[in-house]
Amino acid sequence: MPATTPKTRKSRPAFWRGCTDSAPFLLVVAPFAMLFGVLATEAGLNLTETMAFSIVVIAGAAQFTALQLMAEEAPTLIVLASALAVNLRMAMYSASLTPYLGHAPLWQRAILSYFILDQSYACSVVEYEKKPDMTLPEKLAYFAGTSLPIVPAWYAFTYAGAVLGTQIPESWALDFALPITFLALLAPMLRTPAHVIAALVSIVVSLLMAWVPYSLGLLIAGLVAMIAGAQAELYFERRGTAR
Amino acid sequence: MIDKTDLWIVIIGLGLGSFLLRFTFIGLVGGRPIPEWMLRHLRYTAVAILPALVAPLVVWPAATDGQLDAPRLMAAAATVAVGLATRNVFGAIFAGAFVLYSSMYLLG
Repeated sequence: MPATTPKTRKSRPAFWRGCTDSAPFLLVVAPFAMLFGVLATEAGLNLTETMAFSIVVIAGAAQFTALQLMAEEAPTLIVLASALAVNLRMAMYSASLTPYLGHAPLWQRAILSYFILDQSYACSVVEYEKKPDMTLPEKLAYFAGTSLPIVPAWYAFTYAGAVLGTQIPESWALDFALPITFLALLAPMLRTPAHVIAALVSIVVSLLMAWVPYSLGLLIAGLVAMIAGAQAELYFERRGTAR
Repeated sequence: MIDKTDLWIVIIGLGLGSFLLRFTFIGLVGGRPIPEWMLRHLRYTAVAILPALVAPLVVWPAATDGQLDAPRLMAAAATVAVGLATRNVFGAIFAGAFVLYSSMYLLG
């Protein structure tokens, strides 16, 4: 990573600040990764496959989506499209980090792209907005710091879950751990009326579209809800009642 | 059972695709501004897709062969309610798990 070997002494504190700012997220990341390890193992993936999933993709919600759809035997193309749709928010993170980190050398931007996660993004954007006079090396160091606690934990707890996987009794109703976790992640995101409308449209359309083959209903619902959210935002903006 | 070839196609395809999603703007767009309409849609991706994924799992759980299940419905409701009230992911998960287990125990 670009900033783990800081040449200037100034970037060191930024790196450690990043670490401590993102460390609390471990409380969410660790169980989430573990749950993926457990569910992947229960779906019949071996240790190598489960670990490859977490290391190559490194995006929890998309991994769960892919796993769920593969278990439902959806066609591979639909699995990919749906899981990538879940990950579209990464494009938004990338876009909103661009004004701050876009001037770093291309190879550094390529490396840091892998580390764009919910947690590293959330910490970094807040920090950059709070301290506009940070230099580029400081910003990079901070960003590197925010992913340091999260990424190894993501791997390690996936591993722990995969090892534990098959030993968990059915009476624990782990099938419902995924819906509960997603709902828990979702509820705090409902910050504006437009977000609420998008979520409601998403629920209604997905239930209406459940008959559509190949799990395409998920993509249709996602697309319609995204448009609904954007249109609602425009509407509330025009009425001057947004946020 | 998940087919092994399909599985690796998904792992590698999803890995590459996710990297491209992360890289596109910061790597290729660089300093150029991103159109407002695009950002406006991207803002809603998470709240548009996650409910669509979860809703069928809540209403027709596979574990009960697709039958509406009171403990699971109540657990989902509790999770959302606590998540909305406290904005705390952990609290919401805990509330959902608590309601799920206690109602499964009580309703037998």
